[in-house]
Amino acid sequence: MIARLGGALLAAVLALGAADPAAAQQRQVRIATEGAYAPWNFTGPGGQLEGFEIDLANDLCRRMNARCTIVAQDWDGIIPGLTAGRYDAIMAGMNITDRRLEVINFSRPYAAGPHAFAVMPNSPLRAMPGTGRTFSLATQEAELVAILNQIKPLLRGRTIGVQTATTNSAFLTQYFGDAGATIREYRTTEEHDLDIAAGRLDAIFAAVTAITATAEKPEFRGLAPAGPLMSGGILGRGVAVGLRKADADLKAAFDAAIEAALKDGTISRLSEKWFKTDIAPRS
Amino acid sequence: MPAWLVAYWELMGFGPRGWGALMLQAAAMTVAVSSSGFALGALFGALAAWGRLSGHRIAAAIATTYTTVIRGIPELLVIYLVFFGGAAALGWFHRLFWGGEGFVSLPAFVAGFVAVGISNGAYQAEVFRGAHAAVARGEIEAARAVGMPRWLIARRIVAPQVLRFALPGLGNCWQLCLKESALISVTGLVELLRQSFIGGRSTRDFFSFLLTGAALYLVITTLSSGLFALAERRAMRGLRRA
Amino acid sequence: MDLAFLADCFLRIVPGIPMTLALTALSVSVGLVFACLLAAMRLSGNTLLDWPARLHVFVFRGTPLAIQMFLIYFGLAQFEVVRTSVLWPYLREPFWCAFGALMLNTAAYGSEIVRGGLLAVPCGEVEAARACGMSGFLLFRRIVAPIALRRALPGYGNEIILMVKATSLASMVTLVEVTGLAARIISTTYRVFEAFAVAAAIYLAINFAIARAVAALEWWLSPHLRGAPPPAPDLRLAH
Repeated sequence: MIARLGGALLAAVLALGAADPAAAQQRQVRIATEGAYAPWNFTGPGGQLEGFEIDLANDLCRRMNARCTIVAQDWDGIIPGLTAGRYDAIMAGMNITDRRLEVINFSRPYAAGPHAFAVMPNSPLRAMPGTGRTFSLATQEAELVAILNQIKPLLRGRTIGVQTATTNSAFLTQYFGDAGATIREYRTTEEHDLDIAAGRLDAIFAAVTAITATAEKPEFRGLAPAGPLMSGGILGRGVAVGLRKADADLKAAFDAAIEAALKDGTISRLSEKWFKTDIAPRS
Repeated sequence: MPAWLVAYWELMGFGPRGWGALMLQAAAMTVAVSSSGFALGALFGALAAWGRLSGHRIAAAIATTYTTVIRGIPELLVIYLVFFGGAAALGWFHRLFWGGEGFVSLPAFVAGFVAVGISNGAYQAEVFRGAHAAVARGEIEAARAVGMPRWLIARRIVAPQVLRFALPGLGNCWQLCLKESALISVTGLVELLRQSFIGGRSTRDFFSFLLTGAALYLVITTLSSGLFALAERRAMRGLRRA
Repeated sequence: MDLAFLADCFLRIVPGIPMTLALTALSVSVGLVFACLLAAMRLSGNTLLDWPARLHVFVFRGTPLAIQMFLIYFGLAQFEVVRTSVLWPYLREPFWCAFGALMLNTAAYGSEIVRGGLLAVPCGEVEAARACGMSGFLLFRRIVAPIALRRALPGYGNEIILMVKATSLASMVTLVEVTGLAARIISTTYRVFEAFAVAAAIYLAINFAIARAVAALEWWLSPHLRGAPPPAPDLRLAH
């Protein structure tokens, strides 16, 4: 027992030592991801991390000449973990929002994509108003709100799943908090996917990229977006690397690397590989 | 072999796509983090019990507050506090005493066993206090009468008996520790519960993974309670039973 | 510490209290019935009744509650058979899944406490009652039950407090209770201490009230001991 305690203390001391920037001349960057948000980042068979952001992180690190370690961290603790110094960057499908900018900083966006409700094939909610149309909450809010107001009565008495502490949950609270629907918050998107397939939920609200990827698996066949595809405003200004406010030089390094990866088409290529569509931000 | 057993073996076995090795590794992590937490809990528990028994008013107040508060709040809250708050507090100390900027990171393993240790210490304190009360006063008086100094009495007379009387209670604390270690999964440490959950999510077969995880917990609890029973029998040898 | 934010935390966590209390009350009361049943099975002397009860206690005391809850919520829902069964309207709801796990868990621990209480009834008292001509239900009601209840009460008080704490795991299956709300504040405001302090204060208040209520019940049930100093009001929790 004493030996175990000693071992653990030793491990702690070693970890403190590893955090010392002077230990190696090559920059050390620890990147946190969720590992439960396919195809952005997920845990593959055998337990290793895979996905768009894993490939992208490795590419960016090569460009920054940094030695990176990627760690899995639950979503609901991912920002506190960054500010507490547990790791140096977040790449976990995280959108830039004003609320998050109060606490952390972001690189320039490396991806952007719409969000939507999704339902199973036999759902009465399949034909929501606005299906197939795309809106920006930043520029077309009035028009979109008119449609959302038509959707509201359809959701009365229904149960909607969403991941906790996301732009999606903030969106539901703001626009559907008074719709008379039960909003159930999940720790991961995989959990609400399972629950909509099991019939515990009438709809989920998530990023379209994640919905499409889920629908490819046999148990979720037929899961599809319903209602308008939305982005901007409270849904965020694109997916970017989350960084501590104090780490200005790391932000500069990530910005330059993302810029280069956008320019030479790497991000588009990775996007096609994982999402079957190009979600590189147009700027 | 029935088909489901073949499928299960493929899933949980040790082949290239099998999760068996990972599950065993996670079980080892559970044992490691629980035993580290238990050891730290013994330290906290002994300190708190000493504080309660010392007769020193401030020490007693601190110890009582510690055991009452910690035993009154969910372990999950303690874990959140240590995991999210611990690194912030360490960073604050770091800036205060060394004037350093920058962050002191607390690995998930350390945060985990510290949280378990804090919780478990409160329970162990009560066990130690009860065990101390069971030491016969006459033996201490006899030791004093033959002229033993205080520390020698503590080492030769009190400590061995406290440990002996505390063993059954410590066994219960160990079981609490083991079960609390499952909650450390919220910090991202890949122990048995988290590994079962990761496997379940990845393969969409929660049932097999969680059941395997539960079975491994049962193996650990059974083996360790056997060890405690053995230790108890050894500690009680030479003691007359009523 | 920021007092305005502390007040804000309080207002946001308070709505979780009814869920914490409802889960505790329901699982403890149903769990007690189940615990008595298990204790009766253990003491029946019938192997066919004894072994299932032993197995239940072994499994539910030997595994963490979190894994039991996940197994009921996620594990069972993956089977088509379960999703078309008569139980599905209940298993569909996270509340009933959390209740089920908590109830089965407390039944296992509770049955040991109840069994301990029953075994602590002195043989002499039962023999004396028999000698007076009491038997069956009268003997149980007048002699065994009151003694066993007094013996089991302190242990059961601890068990209730452990259940209050255990309801915090319900947040893992989407239920909105005190710990879940505190965690949500931490993950949206990224501030740890205020939410923690508010949640901890709420749990301490609930558990203090329960400890006092159990102590009062103990006092009320032990008129023959009232000359002695009253039971200590501290939270006696060790299992």
